[in-house]
Amino acid sequence: MGVGIEVSNLNAWYATNHSLQDINLNIPGNHATALIGPSGCGKSTFVRCLNRMHETNPIARVTGTVRIGDLDIYEDCTPVEIRRRVGMVFQRPNPFPTMSIYDNVCAGLKLNGYTHRQALDEIVEKSLKNSALWDEVKDELKKKSGASLSGGQQQRLCIARALAVDPEVLLMDEPASALDPVSTAKIEDLIFQLKSQYTIVIVTHNMQQAARVAENTGFFLNGRMVEFDSTHKIFTNPSDKRTEDYITGRFG
Amino acid sequence: MNQGEHKLRSKFRTVADGAATGLAVLSTVLVVTPLVAIFVYLIYRGASSLSFSFFTQIPKPEGEPGGGMANAIVGSGVLLAISSAIGIPIGIGGGIYLAEYGRGTRLANTVRFTADVLNGIPSIVMGLAIYSLIVFRQHHFSAFSGGVALGIMMIPTVTRTTEEMLLMVPQAVREAALALGVPNWRSVISITVKTASPGIITGCMLAFARVAGETAPLIFTAFGNSNWSLNPNQAISALPLQIYIYAISPYDDLHRLAWAGALVLIVLIVAAVSLVRYVTSRGVLKGAS
Amino acid sequence: MNANVPEIRISHAQIQHEQEPPQGQRPAKDSAIRQYLLARGNSAIADRGFSWLMLLCALSIFGIVVLIAAELVQRSHLAWSSFGFEFFFSRFINPVTGRPNYWDPVNGHFSALPFVYGTLVSSFLALLLAVPLAIGVAVFLTEMCPRVLRGPLAFLTELLAAIPSVIYGLWAMFILVPLLREHVNPPLIRGLGWTGFFASDNPTGLGFVAAGVILAIMILPIISSLTREVMTAVPQSQREAVLALGATRWEMIRMGVLRNARIGIVGAIILGLGRALGETMAVTMVIGNAPEIRRSLLSNGSTMASVIANEFAEASSDLHLSALIEIALALFIVTIIVNALAQLLVWAVTRGAPARVN
Repeated sequence: MGVGIEVSNLNAWYATNHSLQDINLNIPGNHATALIGPSGCGKSTFVRCLNRMHETNPIARVTGTVRIGDLDIYEDCTPVEIRRRVGMVFQRPNPFPTMSIYDNVCAGLKLNGYTHRQALDEIVEKSLKNSALWDEVKDELKKKSGASLSGGQQQRLCIARALAVDPEVLLMDEPASALDPVSTAKIEDLIFQLKSQYTIVIVTHNMQQAARVAENTGFFLNGRMVEFDSTHKIFTNPSDKRTEDYITGRFG
Repeated sequence: MNQGEHKLRSKFRTVADGAATGLAVLSTVLVVTPLVAIFVYLIYRGASSLSFSFFTQIPKPEGEPGGGMANAIVGSGVLLAISSAIGIPIGIGGGIYLAEYGRGTRLANTVRFTADVLNGIPSIVMGLAIYSLIVFRQHHFSAFSGGVALGIMMIPTVTRTTEEMLLMVPQAVREAALALGVPNWRSVISITVKTASPGIITGCMLAFARVAGETAPLIFTAFGNSNWSLNPNQAISALPLQIYIYAISPYDDLHRLAWAGALVLIVLIVAAVSLVRYVTSRGVLKGAS
Repeated sequence: MNANVPEIRISHAQIQHEQEPPQGQRPAKDSAIRQYLLARGNSAIADRGFSWLMLLCALSIFGIVVLIAAELVQRSHLAWSSFGFEFFFSRFINPVTGRPNYWDPVNGHFSALPFVYGTLVSSFLALLLAVPLAIGVAVFLTEMCPRVLRGPLAFLTELLAAIPSVIYGLWAMFILVPLLREHVNPPLIRGLGWTGFFASDNPTGLGFVAAGVILAIMILPIISSLTREVMTAVPQSQREAVLALGATRWEMIRMGVLRNARIGIVGAIILGLGRALGETMAVTMVIGNAPEIRRSLLSNGSTMASVIANEFAEASSDLHLSALIEIALALFIVTIIVNALAQLLVWAVTRGAPARVN
């Protein structure tokens, strides 16, 4: 089951560039939440603050609090620990090039020392089924390398890989933007099914996508969160004029 | 310029162009010729002296016909094993530091510069320094000191290639590993280094091929040995060292052995270099990008 | 506000806030996997240990260079305190013969002047022969060569770089030297003997010319491949600009490429010089190993590297040893400076990791 995310007074800097300013929001558990906004508004940075991936950049700095469930992710645990609870799927599919499909899926487990053979077999099957890839690859799990799949399949492989470690939250940074429409539709269906088990935060450029899969939507602009509400309200009756301008296509 | 001068000038320019092309072709021919000549003579003079006994026997006392360079070949093997044990781990570790931990820092730039400095030190100076460090203090020559000298010479090449290959691994692959909650050290070894491993191995082979032919540093460290020896604490023979000693000796027999040894050495080195080229040209990072 | 939004079909209705579990209590249905990973720990110690280990490997490179310098300085101290800086240019005159006697292990006075002279002469000769050829090859391979031939020819030049020094020496001793002796030196003596640089008193074929030729062959691949790299780094737009003005191919190469790459080419030449200065085995096998200074290029001589290789095994006294090590120290310092200068020049042109030349 997924847990809620509580963000208080989050500020982020890349060196002197103040890329996130005073973000406050509550993301409900077991729902899909979409984050929309024009390019460069900070939504990717925000999402990377939720699993402390922004720390991989040496010039990045953060103040504020992020609580995932009962855990303050900046005070109570290390980046490594939080990333086992919060999974991430990236914009461009990035399967491990030297590993087979099987090894890719259970990479998060094997590299953390989990080696029970039978359990791994079950987990791989379950994760691939959950990411709607099982039927396409079940005969070649160990023979085919992760990089030999098509783009859409690779992204579903990455989703399976993220799901295999059984996270509580799944972060998705424009997961379908590099894919063709058929793969995009498949992934959107996936998110729809997964949100009953996990808390999903999805960054997207595509407003129709946000409308299709997410219960709640947050609109980011220039490093601030302008509005956060149910998707229905954001797209039919937004409270802020800037939100309205964005969704009617006046900018971005 | 009038018409006549124009025509003359343009004729001159055409001639100059042709001359330049001709000189360039001539240079290439002149460069390739000694290479071909060396290989031809090596095969011609060396092949006739190659026999089964060459690979199985040790040299006979001076002046006696026959004998082989088996101990030199084995000795080279021992020295290269010791040098690889020293040079490859330190070199790869240095490369990992430059690419994964110190990227862009001033310390990393200084390390890289120092590695280039180390690379440029004449091998005889290196041998002398190791003589002073180890042989002089131990009061005897040893395979170990020779291995140390050769190992140190491998480090710059291994470090630079490792760094280059690691830098070619896309950042997305590293991020994928970190986002799974894999500890950084595990990600570096099992993901990044593993992805770049064909290229890293290539770099090690390159360094290996280079020190396999080195003679000067061995003169004062391994020193040479006309008998079998596997003891790292004793003087040991090595193929290039033995070639040198035989070449400057006054005996025709030993000259023939030197040619044979040179042929064996060059075949091994050419094989290694060709393999390296083949691996790199096939694309080191299949599917990583 | 009534937004004028296009029809967006929303496939679900209202928000339902679920009952969240009370704070501080994990849901009982955590899977085995999740429990395993949560209990795993953060490997902070392993991370720190590993990064320190890698740093240590990197720092050991410093340590090695410092160690080498320290050993050389320590062991050459005896010679340094006996002769001082004059070690490199003093001239002892033998009172009996009236001729200079630079390197006298028996009587215990040492001057490195003949070796400095020998190193400079052989290196200069090598550059004289190698540079035009190397640039010619580089020009041919980069600008003129049909694409099919480029790969194999480049591979051949790389192969030249891979041949060990001792094999060059072997070939030079038994093939090159007789060749020079029979076919090259006599014409040189006849034709250019009047300059004083080609005397006839050394019929062996060994000497500076032999050393210069074999050194040239050895440093050629380095200069050539580096020149090729800096030439390739010149942007195509430069070539096209010159061609658009109506230049012939050679003029395009001269003005569009070589002119832009000239700093890097100078760097390549200096790198070749650095290699020539320290080259030992091939030189010691053909230079004749005589600690003398003669005007004739056909006379036997010695370089700093070759005297070390030659005399070390039979060094008779502590002072002798120390003098040889002082020569090594000088070689160490000079090659570092020369190589650093070359790297700087090449880097300025290629603007990135300097070429890997081995």
